[in-house]
Amino acid sequence: MNIWAVLIFSIIKILIVVSVMLLTVSYLVYFERRVSAWAQNRLGPNRVGWEGVLQPFADVLKLLLKEDIVPDAAYKPIHTLAPIIALFVAFTTYAVIPFGPSVSIFGYTVPLVVADVNIGILYVLALTSLGVYAITLAGWSSGSKYSLFGGIRSSAQMISYEISMGFSVGGVLLLAGSLRPEAIVEAQHGWMWNAILQPIGFITFLVSSFAETNRLPFDLPEAEPELVGGYHTEYSSMKFAGFFLAEYANMIIASAMIVTLYLGGWRFPYLETFGLSAGWFAVISVITFCVKVAALLFFFIWVRWSLPRFRYDQLMNLGWKVMFPLSLINIVWVAALIMIFKL
Amino acid sequence: MAVKKREKDLTLLQKMYIPEIVKGLSLTMHNMFKPKFTMKYPEEKFIPPASYRGRPVLVMEENGEERCVACGLCSRVCPALAIEVQAAETEREKERYPVKFEINMLRCIFCGFCEEVCPEEAIVMSKDYELAFSRREDAIYGKDKLLTPVVQLKDRIEFLRSYK
Repeated sequence: MNIWAVLIFSIIKILIVVSVMLLTVSYLVYFERRVSAWAQNRLGPNRVGWEGVLQPFADVLKLLLKEDIVPDAAYKPIHTLAPIIALFVAFTTYAVIPFGPSVSIFGYTVPLVVADVNIGILYVLALTSLGVYAITLAGWSSGSKYSLFGGIRSSAQMISYEISMGFSVGGVLLLAGSLRPEAIVEAQHGWMWNAILQPIGFITFLVSSFAETNRLPFDLPEAEPELVGGYHTEYSSMKFAGFFLAEYANMIIASAMIVTLYLGGWRFPYLETFGLSAGWFAVISVITFCVKVAALLFFFIWVRWSLPRFRYDQLMNLGWKVMFPLSLINIVWVAALIMIFKL
Repeated sequence: MAVKKREKDLTLLQKMYIPEIVKGLSLTMHNMFKPKFTMKYPEEKFIPPASYRGRPVLVMEENGEERCVACGLCSRVCPALAIEVQAAETEREKERYPVKFEINMLRCIFCGFCEEVCPEEAIVMSKDYELAFSRREDAIYGKDKLLTPVVQLKDRIEFLRSYK
């Protein structure tokens, strides 16, 4: 494949992924409000457009027209930089997650992933830990004690949960023998999903990703009752919207990561035995991936409106005394599986 | 140091969180499919029960006359000083009638004292709750807006007779 074809296909893939991400993020906000309303026997936003489907656009328009207030005590360069980091991290992480099999277009074989790098998982882990800088810097530069508390909590929480997250990924890597997301998806053929083979690792990774995305029950960085708004107390207008969008984009990445690592990625179990043409195979695979991610996103929202927030010491206890040992046990479990069944 | 154990400490199963989380999740899932309490307001309106205290109105008999005899008790009892009555004489059997009867809806607190004190059952609370004004002058309701045919107020009058 010549360099121009690679470039053009890459640009097209980037455009598709970014636009789908942006659209999903804005509709996720709407969906979250609707689901929360249903869970509380309400209706939720249903006025703008049919059943409120234009609500996200109304929200964005409202936020764009709002005044951008920067407090006097804030350190302005970093105060401006923080939401940019948050958005950058949220939107670049998606590059390595495969959303379908390789397809051939005009004689070229195009893998349905923006960048098929062989250290994809490391890349995701590195970028998600960069995300904590956005929150910590936002908290620090705001010049408000509540923001600072939120930022500090966030960094402590992320560091604690990244450990169990990394160790849970270890189990997946042992089975796949590669850091390439594509290879990990390949390894989960049929019903050999990692969630079934290593349920403990699945649960620890799931809980850690809740903590990493600052979603309830682990949303201590923005715990409203104690910290006003946490790290984004002093943000308004589009800067606030930046954090808001980044949070939801992170949710999508966390779901896509869970799907790729534990739920078989874009694979529909035993689809290759159905004897479909390559085109239909690709379409069904992409749809499978979207459905899996959507189900997980719904799970994220569902959990948020069901569980209360953890107290800070409970959060740390859970992270260090429960999740960390469990993820170590998982590695031993996977190693034993490999030894016994020669997987 | 001796550790004091709480009486309602969690059991081992509860400490594992997961069964409890599943319980919570199933509860919210169950609620998602329950009928909703929200009303789609302008299209679908709340019809209050007879005990509801909405906008106070004057009762108008079938022959188009008000029941009010302008005794002024309602205006006297009103804690918010919202009612103003001006009496005049009439040739009719009850001898007195209000020339002017005004309720300032910005002052009214919907306590229902006027209705309670009225000896003629002439002022009652209606079911009307849609009160919005764009000018202050609009908020002062005169006789033209207050007089309501007795048929529309049957519910409330029956309720008053059974509980007063």
